[in-house]
Amino acid sequence: MYGMCTDMTTNPSELEQIKLASQFLRGTIITSLADPLTGAVSDADAGLLKFHGGYLQDNRDLREERRQQKLEPAHAFMLRARLPGGVVTPVQWLEFDRLAREYADGSLRITSRQTLQWHGILKGQLKSTIAAIHHALATTIAACGDVVRTVVCTTNPIESATHGLVYEWAERLSKHLTPHTRAYHEIWLDGEKRVGEVESEPLYGANYLPRKFKIGLAIPPLNDIDVLSQDMGLIAIIECGRLAGFNVAIGGGMGVTQHDASTYPRLANVIGFVGVDEVLALAEVMVGVHRDWGERADRRHARLKYTIDRRGLQVFQDEVERRLGHALAPERPYYFERNSDRYGWIEGHEGFWHLTLSIESGRLADHEDGRILSGLRALARVHHGDFRLTCNQNVIVAKVAGKDRAGIDSIVRDYGLDGYRKQSGIRRHAMACVALPTCGLAMAESERYLPVLLSSLEQLLDRYGLIDTPILLRVSGCPNGCSRPYLAEIALVGRGPGRYDLRLGGDFQGQRLNRLYRQNIDEQAILDALEPLFARYVLVRGETEKFGDFLVHAGIIGLEPGPTTVQGSVV
Amino acid sequence: MQRGHDQGIRLHLVRADTYPLRNLAKERYLIIIISTHGEGEPPDDARGLVEWLSGKRAPRLPNLHFAVLGLGDSSYPKFCAVGRRLDGCLEKQGATRLIDLGEADVAIEEVAKPWTEQVLGKVVEALPCVAPTLRLMPPRTPEPTPSWSRKQPFIASVLTNQRIVARDSEREIRHLELSLQGSGLHYHPGDALGVCPANPAALVEQWLGTLQLEGTQPVTFAKRTLSLREWLSYERDITKPYRSWIEAHAERGHHETLNQLLQADQQGAFADLLERDQPIDLLRRYPVEWSAEQLIATLRPLQPRMYSIASSQQEVGDEVHLTVAVVSYTRDGIPHWGAASSFLAAAREGAQVSVFIEPNERFRLPSDSARDVIMIGPGTGVAPFRGFLQERQHRGGSGRNWLVFGNHHFNRDFLYQSEWQAAIKSGVLQRIDLAFSRDTSARVHVQQRLLEQGRDLFTWLCAGAHLYVCGDAKHMAADVHQALIEIVANQGGQQPDEAQAWLTDLMRQGRYVRDVY
Repeated sequence: MYGMCTDMTTNPSELEQIKLASQFLRGTIITSLADPLTGAVSDADAGLLKFHGGYLQDNRDLREERRQQKLEPAHAFMLRARLPGGVVTPVQWLEFDRLAREYADGSLRITSRQTLQWHGILKGQLKSTIAAIHHALATTIAACGDVVRTVVCTTNPIESATHGLVYEWAERLSKHLTPHTRAYHEIWLDGEKRVGEVESEPLYGANYLPRKFKIGLAIPPLNDIDVLSQDMGLIAIIECGRLAGFNVAIGGGMGVTQHDASTYPRLANVIGFVGVDEVLALAEVMVGVHRDWGERADRRHARLKYTIDRRGLQVFQDEVERRLGHALAPERPYYFERNSDRYGWIEGHEGFWHLTLSIESGRLADHEDGRILSGLRALARVHHGDFRLTCNQNVIVAKVAGKDRAGIDSIVRDYGLDGYRKQSGIRRHAMACVALPTCGLAMAESERYLPVLLSSLEQLLDRYGLIDTPILLRVSGCPNGCSRPYLAEIALVGRGPGRYDLRLGGDFQGQRLNRLYRQNIDEQAILDALEPLFARYVLVRGETEKFGDFLVHAGIIGLEPGPTTVQGSVV
Repeated sequence: MQRGHDQGIRLHLVRADTYPLRNLAKERYLIIIISTHGEGEPPDDARGLVEWLSGKRAPRLPNLHFAVLGLGDSSYPKFCAVGRRLDGCLEKQGATRLIDLGEADVAIEEVAKPWTEQVLGKVVEALPCVAPTLRLMPPRTPEPTPSWSRKQPFIASVLTNQRIVARDSEREIRHLELSLQGSGLHYHPGDALGVCPANPAALVEQWLGTLQLEGTQPVTFAKRTLSLREWLSYERDITKPYRSWIEAHAERGHHETLNQLLQADQQGAFADLLERDQPIDLLRRYPVEWSAEQLIATLRPLQPRMYSIASSQQEVGDEVHLTVAVVSYTRDGIPHWGAASSFLAAAREGAQVSVFIEPNERFRLPSDSARDVIMIGPGTGVAPFRGFLQERQHRGGSGRNWLVFGNHHFNRDFLYQSEWQAAIKSGVLQRIDLAFSRDTSARVHVQQRLLEQGRDLFTWLCAGAHLYVCGDAKHMAADVHQALIEIVANQGGQQPDEAQAWLTDLMRQGRYVRDVY
């Protein structure tokens, strides 16, 4: 299906049947969990397990070795939390940290959608881990699968009061759109089977959605969530300090299938404005149209973006408005300044301070250069505010009282968490997906390769005096684009071991898709392609022109016309 | 046997469990050759005979002339205990001893050869009617024996030497495939492969270094001259400690502690020493001077090691497969090795290994392929069952197969996991029960699984199933046996001693067989 994809061995329409036959996502998960002969679950159950927040994986570094050892692959599970708006309390943090060390591979991973992942959980411990997460007042339900995923939200804007409101909407949307099935309780939480009660999924139906649905709330001028990459983006419109409502953007999506030109990344179209009182209704309508109109025979074309392009935007919008009961109001003005995080201390509302730390690839682990996991644990022990995960795979120590700042700083220093102070312009904004050794879809290294790539790029940039210039680099292990590479100024999209497509020309606001510059090349060729561009950039850029904008202005990258590839004003 | 035939004596060679005991009262000449296991136990196939002869039902045997040759290992306290016991019982029942009890140690031939000559001589004397001029009974034509044997092993080459535990396993277990092409050798699943090893070179150097002897020094023993290094590498056992060498070593030095350990009241401590230490450890701990000649003269010959064969020729043809646990560890900061296992572990593709087949007639699949088979094989004890499954797959038949396996960690040492998964999927293997002792604090072993499945196990046995146990003798075999007693007692509504008798009877029928080491 996806060429080298080893994620699903069943063909698409089979998955629809599996969902339908699963009795609201139960399948034979309990039986599979109890099977002592294998550390895996059945193929069908692996598909259903995603809806519960779990991915069956294996350590791909060991695959061939174990095959020769006559052992099955080193199976383990990835669990993803559902954390609306990426908020984690210190109590929750300590519990998540403990689970990482006790059940997972000793690390936590901040994802590009501001939630946490645990890797390496053995089948026999899946239930304990999920139960513990539940008892920490969090969940993993619908963190993956054909459902509305984690609802993301801009973190840490300057007006914290309004942020609080927008965050509440993120939470409300998340709750409203969570599947109703009791399967989750029965399987993981020893919930009783309710005999005689007819189960239903009023919104999702028995076979759920054709594909995932990503919702994100952005608070201008910050676009850290890349709102135009969401299936449904809500751009908060704040007037006179009041949250009036949201501009609605639909049809964003990053994923591409290798060698299939009928698949492509797409920016969401802003189609209008909705008041706060209608946000939930609109979301239901949107999910409903995706459910009813989405392609179910061919998963490659099942994302909302293809439905919109297939039917036509106007037709789609008409249907949305028909179901809503009225036309959407016209969109209101907004602008985005940046989609990157602002590092260091920022003063917020009510005298609180927020510290944004730069975590490379979002990986919280202890190693020689920094005891990142231990450092966060130490912070959690003393912190009275909360932690906010960002869609740039970073973490914010939020709501710190002025008097506590020094204590936080001291821990940050002691554990080597202060990388943000000295990182180069390209390092601080870089993002990478997990890829190897755990992701079954990866074609090339991503997270493990990023440090090497950054060193090479930094050497190059330094030569041209660009070491402190912010440049947006994103690396993906495969074209699915979990690190949102199609929006980056420089992107590497994995094609095979050690080989990437080089894409250039995105912007720093998340409003312009980049373009393919070189196809399927190795690191040396990537550096060779970039060097002359850096050389020209230095000469021409003036004080503030961004690298991506320079490429467009200089005609090195040709813009494709249309709102689904470029939006906002090109500076 | 051959010697007997040569002298015109008609000899019937029978296995103890196939001999109808009621015939004993009519016999005139009986030679018993019997080994002793573990804590003075008879081999399984002789239990019936030994218990009967020692018990109340033993008949008076005034017409019987007998001789007993015991086989054992003098390192163990109950050396040749069973031989002694039978010798005593027969005497007690009024039979006449032809010659005294023979007690052969690990180097069997040393005692067995002269004893055999002597006993045959007595028989010829005592049977005046058996004169060489009488018609000789033609010896029963034996099965065509291959020309390869323990004395003349076949040189097999290594086809595959593959580690079959995960990289983070604390032990090393390997799967070897050797080629028997051109040998004409045949084996059945359940048979053993004898491997003639060489000692690890590093260990030989440790000996030479500790004793401060020259490896190139020529040493002559029993009309053979080799360098000291060659003797130690190929001809002498330098990894397994045993009493007579330890005694010799103690005599040469004056180490009080060592002498203490050899005393009769220190059997427990001595047994510990045998288990824990290799001779090299004793050389270091109790330094003593040895000359090269004395050393070679005192050390016993390097014996071949037996490995349960892990394949069926129905599946692998001219190959023989082994499952080898590599004995290697560090003690007091010094690395230690087992002889054969490290020899095999280091054998690259194309390396040559001297081997022979040692049939194990009792440990065979039932000839009736409709019979169910229950296989209990934790650790490397699973080896013969791999051969069993391969054979059963080829033979077909309605008999079901049930495997009970255990080891330390599911993730690391589930030996042949992918093959068992395939066997379950294809339906060749109907049931598999697993116990991984170090995965949880509960320390589950195979016997727990047996108890959990007691009802089905008993049902299978009552319906005629054959039960096989292979693996560690010291703890596992006894624990499994206990579990079986408990199962039979509970499911069959019997008292423990009745259950024991039921199981002994199963053994006698050949339906409960063990290959334990």
